[in-house]
Amino acid sequence: MSIDWSALGQVALVSLGVTVAVVVVFAFGVLGLARVEEAREERSTSSPLGTAQASLCFLACAAVVAYGIYLIVPQFH
Amino acid sequence: MEHITFLVTVVIVTALAFDFTNGFHDTANAMATSIATGALAPRTAVLTSGVLNVVGAFLSTEVAKTISGGIVDDSLVTPEMIFAGLVGAILWNLLTWLAGLPSSSSHALFGGLIGAVWVGAGSHGVNLDKVVEKILLPAVASPVVAGAAALLATYLAYRLTERARERSVTKGFRLGQVASASLVSLAHGTNDAQKTMGVITLTLISAGALGHDAGPPVWVIASSGLAIGLGTYLGGWRIIRTMGKGLTEIRSPQGFAAETASTAVILTSAHLGFALSTTQVASGSILGAGLGRRLAQVRWSIAGRMALAWLVTLPAAALVGGVAAGVVTHGGKLGTALVALVGAALAAGIVALSHRNPVHARNVNDTHEVTVRPAPSAHAGTAA
Repeated sequence: MSIDWSALGQVALVSLGVTVAVVVVFAFGVLGLARVEEAREERSTSSPLGTAQASLCFLACAAVVAYGIYLIVPQFH
Repeated sequence: MEHITFLVTVVIVTALAFDFTNGFHDTANAMATSIATGALAPRTAVLTSGVLNVVGAFLSTEVAKTISGGIVDDSLVTPEMIFAGLVGAILWNLLTWLAGLPSSSSHALFGGLIGAVWVGAGSHGVNLDKVVEKILLPAVASPVVAGAAALLATYLAYRLTERARERSVTKGFRLGQVASASLVSLAHGTNDAQKTMGVITLTLISAGALGHDAGPPVWVIASSGLAIGLGTYLGGWRIIRTMGKGLTEIRSPQGFAAETASTAVILTSAHLGFALSTTQVASGSILGAGLGRRLAQVRWSIAGRMALAWLVTLPAAALVGGVAAGVVTHGGKLGTALVALVGAALAAGIVALSHRNPVHARNVNDTHEVTVRPAPSAHAGTAA
């Protein structure tokens, strides 16, 4: 019996890294969204910075999701 | 079609029945946290998950070439043993569903097969070191990895957003959950439906109805996809309640972190060729997400019961599979019919028991407990 410890370690590290990265980036996106909503509802202004932050972060997450779909669908590779 | 004998027909029907239980047993993996946080309405969640499972089934061309991935010696496996193993897996899946316990459908299938092959062909038909490598190790490692990732991610998500308005934060993470839960469902469809396709295809090959290197015919892909999709849509509400409410009260940032961790672990392991149980990964993630939020209560007694169910799943399914294999191999057609009838009767009995205290789309989030005892009389009138 041969247990492939390095592959196991790889799964652990990659999973941990990807999860933390996606959630942190998404959290920044949510912060941007919160800023936009706060500006709109409490001061009736817009928040270009918040909008930019949210779009950028959500776009990055969407890219990861697209890569996830690419990995799931065997026809793509 | 002269190759499709009585036995082969029985095996195909049983395999589809297993696929169906696999579907409703595993809906919770993808959708429990989304349902618990209100990111998706219960009915919408199971419909989305069901459709994505069917889509996933059609997408996966890489259909399992072996029944068990080498855990049992496939050359010794007969349709009788496959049938007996499937009966063991189905009964164990139904029993854990009744108790509201998320247990691995793949372990139930492997367990049933191991028991059936052990009795039908002898102990040399089972590769024990493969059992350790393919089942034991991933079973221990994957929930720990998923749990650690979800814990850290949850902690960071809360730290980062603690000053922002809670309403906006909850809304944002709920939207994210829709995407992350959908990915888990799609990954599930590509993985689990193909196990059933593999079983049916190999049965057809062994019966001479298909050539040796044949892929699954379209009707096999379609029926497997539909069986798992229908099962998913029916929803294993008892298990959804345990995973969404029982382990810990999940909020949307935790749900997003847990689903992201599950997706990451499932995809990286599939990419590197590790077989693992979606159920155990998802449970590990949810526990981690519970630990990552300060003041979140984790119900260790339920976690303990789940861990126990994981330990028992394989041997219990193996026991039922073994007994069924004994009856089928010695009893011939009569034995097969007997096992089918007894299995169906037991399954009907379990379903009847579940009606004493039903869990469904409308009451799934009401409490965190799943019991078999009848509901208190105050609710008896409404729980129809």
